[in-house]
Amino acid sequence: MRELLSMVFIGIGLGFDLLGCLGLVRFPDVYNRLQAATKCVTFGTCSILFGTFLILGFTSAGIKCLLALVFIVLTSPTASHALARASHKAGVRLWERSVCDEYSNSSK
Amino acid sequence: MRSKIILFVLGFLVWCLLSWPTDGQHVLVGIVVSGLVAYFTGDLFTRRPHLFKHVTRYLWFFYYLLVFGWECFKANIDVAIRVIHPYKPLNPGIIKATTSLKNDIALTFLANSITLTPGTLTVDVDKAGGFLYVHWIDVKTKDTEKATKIIVERFEKILRKIFE
Repeated sequence: MRELLSMVFIGIGLGFDLLGCLGLVRFPDVYNRLQAATKCVTFGTCSILFGTFLILGFTSAGIKCLLALVFIVLTSPTASHALARASHKAGVRLWERSVCDEYSNSSK
Repeated sequence: MRSKIILFVLGFLVWCLLSWPTDGQHVLVGIVVSGLVAYFTGDLFTRRPHLFKHVTRYLWFFYYLLVFGWECFKANIDVAIRVIHPYKPLNPGIIKATTSLKNDIALTFLANSITLTPGTLTVDVDKAGGFLYVHWIDVKTKDTEKATKIIVERFEKILRKIFE
């Protein structure tokens, strides 16, 4: 039963990781790509780690899976925030069909 | 001083989890290392250590984790549909939202939560003015107040109870 549940988690995780990578290729500009890269890949990787934890239980490796999960949730959004801010400061334009850009209005 | 003790306990806990199953040697090294770290950087950890004693804050934090997990799951379904949709239904833009949180750690949690939830990514935080600049994959409104209501408020209410 536990094995089955963990396989389900790992499967979901792999699916979301795949979709995240597809989004990285398909989306038009830096900011949209960051959205796909952050959300899907964070959730997918967390799901894989949780599935691995379910298989291993409270062993040495299982606990490390849980710790890695916490650190990914903390660091991944921070990294994407830094990337988005840096590329905006460096003058990377938004996609031409974007609706509005309040950030460049305010910083001028 | 209290801030140092809290940092020591947290650091020692993480060390014990990393070196699970712990034996005597590991515990000894852990005490020395987390003691050194706490001694040198302890004052930077928190300015208001008395907040760690409030039990209700931990309960609210648990509730926040539940809400956050559900929102995160919805976000993933949403972005995944946009990725595999053949016409790429994107309507992106950067909008401005306001926040009334002032505390550094609360703002960090707010910005990170916004980044991990449906179609939004925090680009910059203006702490002095209380503004958040958010990249939204599907802009529903350009108005600052309405956007604040949709994106920020559901987390802000809980985070204020935890950190302020």
